[in-house]
Formats: sequence, C-alpha cells, structure tokens
Amino acid sequence: MQGLASEFSLAVALIFEGDSELWAIVLLSLKVSVFAVLISALIGMPVGAALAVARFPGRRSLIVLMNALMGFPPVVVGLLVYLMLSRSGPLGVLELLYTPTAMIIAQVVLVTPIVAALTRQVIEMLAEEYSEQLRSLGVSRLASVPVLLWDARLALVTALLAGFGRAIAEVGAVIIVGGNINHVTRVMTTTIALETSKGNLALALALGAILIGIAVVVNAMVSAASLRAEQEGLRHA
Amino acid sequence: MFRAAIRAAAVALGLTAGAVSAETPFIVVQSTTSTQNSGLLEYILPWFEAESGIDVRVVAVGTGQAIRNAINGDGDVLLVHAKPAEEKFVADGWGVERKDLMYNDFVLVGPKSDPAEIRGGSDILAALTAIAEAEAPFASRGDDSGTHKAELSHWSAAGLDPTGASGAWYRETGSGMGATLNVASGMDAYTLTDRATWLSFGNRGNLEVLVEGDPRLFNQYGVILVNPKKHHHVRAASGQRFIDWLTGADGQEAIASFRLEGQQVFFPNAQ
Amino acid sequence: MRDLLCDMTKCLQVRGLQIRRNGRALLDVADLTLDGPGPTLLLGPNGAGKSLLLRCLHGLISPDQGRVIQDGAPLGPVHTARQAMVFQQPVLLRRSVSANLDFVLRRQKIARDARKTRIAELLTEGGLEDKARQSARSLSGGEAQRLAILRALATGPETLFLDEPTSALDPSATQMIERMIQRASTRGVRIVMVTHDIGQARRLAADIVMMQGGHVVEHGPAKQVLDAPESEASRRYLAGGLVT
Repeated sequence: MQGLASEFSLAVALIFEGDSELWAIVLLSLKVSVFAVLISALIGMPVGAALAVARFPGRRSLIVLMNALMGFPPVVVGLLVYLMLSRSGPLGVLELLYTPTAMIIAQVVLVTPIVAALTRQVIEMLAEEYSEQLRSLGVSRLASVPVLLWDARLALVTALLAGFGRAIAEVGAVIIVGGNINHVTRVMTTTIALETSKGNLALALALGAILIGIAVVVNAMVSAASLRAEQEGLRHA
Repeated sequence: MFRAAIRAAAVALGLTAGAVSAETPFIVVQSTTSTQNSGLLEYILPWFEAESGIDVRVVAVGTGQAIRNAINGDGDVLLVHAKPAEEKFVADGWGVERKDLMYNDFVLVGPKSDPAEIRGGSDILAALTAIAEAEAPFASRGDDSGTHKAELSHWSAAGLDPTGASGAWYRETGSGMGATLNVASGMDAYTLTDRATWLSFGNRGNLEVLVEGDPRLFNQYGVILVNPKKHHHVRAASGQRFIDWLTGADGQEAIASFRLEGQQVFFPNAQ
Repeated sequence: MRDLLCDMTKCLQVRGLQIRRNGRALLDVADLTLDGPGPTLLLGPNGAGKSLLLRCLHGLISPDQGRVIQDGAPLGPVHTARQAMVFQQPVLLRRSVSANLDFVLRRQKIARDARKTRIAELLTEGGLEDKARQSARSLSGGEAQRLAILRALATGPETLFLDEPTSALDPSATQMIERMIQRASTRGVRIVMVTHDIGQARRLAADIVMMQGGHVVEHGPAKQVLDAPESEASRRYLAGGLVT
C-alpha cells in the first residue's frame, strides 16, 4: 500500500509540475471532445428541435429510438465507426482510422443522440408555451425552430454539458478507432486504460482525478459564462 | 465532393493523419500489448525514428485482433507472437513474408499460498494438471491472443480441457494481459503471462512466479509486412525498412539491450 | 344582402361557425358581422366561448363547421398577416424588451436604422423607455402586457385581437392598457377584445357582442346593449346574476 501512496503522489506531482507529455494528452482529450460536442450540437440541436415542433407519422417512434440511442454502448459505436473507416470499409480511402478525427467521429455518434434528445425535451416544453403566439405572429413551424433554439439557449447549454461529459469520459469507442497511439491518439481515458493494464493503478487513479477536475472546471466555466450571457447579452439586444 | 469536403474540414482542424504526415512519414504497426506494456517498443523505436525519419505508430491489441486489423488493411506491419496464425496469415496472401524477430518466455504466476503446490516446478504440463486437480482459480486471457493460444495449447498437451470448468475455477477474462493480471491479483488466481509484461506490471499483490524455464514456454515473435498486393495503400517501402532495421544488426542489438528490473526479457533471434 | 352592405376593408363575418368537443358544441355562432368602426368587445361569463371565437377570427383554430369571412373572402394567411393578437397571459420571448419588438420588425424586413427609430417610438407609446435593455421576463405583469401590446402593434395590424388582457392586473395597470387600446383605435386599428368586465366594456366599447354558452345572444351598439339589453341572458349578466 505504501507503493500505491508514493505512486499516487508521484502522479500528482507530474500533474502539478506540468509534465508536457501529460498535458499534451489532456489537451488532445479536450480538443477531441470539444470538437465532437460542437459538431453534435450543429446536428443534434436542429434535429431535436425539428422533432419537437414537426408533426409527421412515425415521429413518436423516432423519439423513442433517439432516446434509446442515448444508451448506445460505446464499444459498439467504436466497432461500427471502425468498420466504416477501416481500409476495407466504405470510407477507408479517407485514411481517417487511427487519427483524432476518427475519435471525433465516434464521439459525435455517441453524443448527438444525447444532445438531440435533451434538445427535443427542452424545445417541446418551450414550443408549447410559444405555439399560439408564434403562429399569431405568422411564424411557421419550421421558422420557429431557430427562435425556440435561441430562446432555450440557457437550458441547451446543459444538454451540451451532458454530451461533453459522455464524450470526455468515454474509452470503449476511442480506443478502437484511435488505437491509443502514443503522441497521436492517446487521450486521458485510453491512457487510464493502458496504465490500468500495466497495473499502475495509482497513476490511473491520478489521471482519473484530472479527468474529474477537467469536468468540474469545464462545467464551472460554462455555467459562469452562461450566467454572464444571461445578464450581459440582454443589454446588446 | 463529399469526401473532399470531409478531408478539407479535417485538415482545417489539423486533426488528420494527413496533416501530420505532410511533414513526417509514418507507418502503422499492429502489435500486441506485451511489446507495448513492457516498454520495449517505446525503448527501441526512437533509434529507428532518428535514423529513418519515419514515425512508427503502434496499435497495441491482442494478437487475434491485430491480425484481423491487418487483414482489413489497417496497418503496414504486423508484429505478434502466434506462429501458426502468422503463417496462415502469410499463406492466405495477407502478408509478404514472416520473419522471426525475437523471443521471450512465458511464466506461470500464482498466489504465494500456492494451493496447487506447484512452486519451483519447471514442467508447465505437470503444473497445469495440478491446478486442474486442485480446482484452484486460474485466470485465462480468453481473448484469442497469442498468450491465450499458447495457454490453450499447453492444456491440450496435458490432455485437459479446462473450458468445462469455465465460470468455476477457470475464469476467462476476455481482456488483455494487464487486465488479466489485475484479475488474478484480485482473486489470488494462477495465470500464464509473458515475462516482460509480468516484470513491468505494477499491481502484483500476492502473485509471484511459480513455474518457469520449461522450453515449451518459449514465446516466439514474428514480424510481417502487410501485403501491398492485397492493400495498395500499404506503405511498403517504409514498412520494409522498419522490418529490415528490426531484423538487422542495429535493431537486434537494440532489442537485446532492453532491460526490465535489470533482466533481459527479449532475446533477438532473427536470421 | 348584408355581405354587400359592409365596408369591404373593415368587414369581418362569421357564418354557421361551430366547434364541437365530445359531441358538445363549445361554439355555435350562426351569423355575426363586425363592421363598425370602433372597438368591439366580446362580453360574457367564463365558458361563453369568447376566447374560442376570437381564436377562430384570428385563424388560430379551424372551426369544425362554418367559416370566417374577411373583406368578402374566406379567412386566409393574407388576412391573418394583417391581424395581431394579445393573449391573457403575455408570451414574451426570453430576450430583452427591445429584442421582443425587434423580432417582429425584422420579420418585416425593415432596415436597421428604421427599426431602431420604430422601437424607440413604441417604447415611448408603452411607457417602457427605460426598460429597453431589461429582460422581458423580468417585467411586472402590467409592463409585460404593455410590451405584448406594443409587439402586436409593431406588426402594423389592421385588426388587433385582445383576449382579456387586463384580467390579472390592478386598476392602474388596467387603465394604462385601456389608454393604449383607445389610442390604437383612434389611429384606425380595429379592436376586437374579450372581457368579462362590464366596466371595461362600458369604458371602451363602441359595440358589444354578448355571448353565453357558445352562442351570440346579442350584438349591438354598446350603449344599447348595456343600458337596454334585449335578451334575458344579457340582462341577467349585466345585473351581476349568475348565468349558467
């Protein structure tokens, strides 16, 4: 147990001494997950909002499917994306396998259903409130989508954070499509998996602590930013 | 158009292999966890990279998965340790030629309490028979890896089929060597591991080496260039250069100089 | 004949209008023509169908039977675009006060500078000059309803529907809103407003449509309906008696 304690303190020291290799891994994790969440937002928010306001046959089933996709096992997503991006797969010529882009794609597949499903919930509630007023102003269902998205912006930030949480904490998919290649596709979670498999449990724990720290900092920053946006943004309208 | 757009976007994000490789050529090596977890590759690759200017990207998975990935064309060089599977890989046309690279050995590790009383033995078959008779917990990789294939061949040589006890004393983890060692450490089970992974493993708990030195525990590594006739995109020249270096004097010397806890664990034997 | 008599640009008619739910008629108006110049108030107890009728006139609800005719043609998007509506509970966008007005002005493709001028005019009209940058959701009930009316007026409507806009407000807030409605009426906006407040009807109405149980029981000049009602239902409602 003494070994564990000393290893843990070594890991903590690495973190605070700003070990460049470690920070490169942290940075790549952030880069991949932030890009993934932004792309998921671009896809998931309009889709979620459209599902909230549109009325067409099969809409209910689509919502059920989307909610179910929120629990899609990351390993399966990783496998599907691997099969797509593999040289033998349909998108093999793009040479994306074992690159950060492949990891972003896998995370987009994982996160988009979360963003879309949460967006749908938020927008559906708001649409109910706005429905008659917007129709009275002559805003069509389709044209109401951007209005609702903008007016639900504060609630939607939470949806994005939920997506970011899933993306940054995920290992099963990115280890398959990224390959956990040192200096290329090694991120926080795959490093944790690697260190665990090496039996370096304390180092793995310390990395886990950083991951949680990042999640806390990102949440705090976004919540502070959205608070400020709420107070300030209104002044520039 | 669609592909061009994706690629343009990816390059703009500075995230593709292409964006990096514009400066540094690279190859992808499909290899096993034992070469990575032990730190061998991390130790020898800088020499090759400095000499050749080629970046070596290692994907470390089980031998079975490494071979399947290579069949899919997702690697330029295959570096694994399961000779029959490697020979089949070449025979099926997926690889150009198999070359012996180095060997290490397997050791049977188990709890200090040693319920099957096999400590100090050097006969792997006798040890496995004793474990089966004692029905002492045994953690198997169960993942179609080189180590798993080796373990199964020893059981069968001893005339035993432990899979009947699967879920009882025979536990198939379905994971890598490190994860399996963690399981063995956690439940005081016996397990077969390559020496390199064992020596670099940090969570041994109650485990120690109980049986070693049996010639049958010899673990041969081979290296194969993925066949560019099957996959035209294979970086054949760079891959061949890497194989030539590994099996040449410089590479063999580098492998021999690698030490774990003062011990040599990989023994170069390329012809 | 009566179709031909009404001023074609100001005329709003209802023919055989019915809305049914679970076999019961919630609204059943055989014939109603609104062609007077001044504010029309729909008066009656809760559940009389006033709000339903208003929504039919604005095209928010399609009747099960019958139709609404504006300017001699069936009500369509062309007409509803020249109408605006203010709801009992103001629905304000989660933006600033001026952004709520800017939203409708921008939809009319008005240039930026012109929008700014127009917003300033509207805010002055509603007494909200110093609230421009405040969040619309932080306004008091009276302020919020004034903003809702300003936003409706910003669409430049020919007809403004109001559904009990002051029912939740105190007397001074109510007074401010009534003045805004009167000024709009003076500027030529046709006002059609629902209320159950007899005093408000007396203060604002040029003509009154008295409703009960989904039917129009009486329609005439305000003074006549209030002081000498023809129907028994009107008499009872005006006397403050319970009408069922």
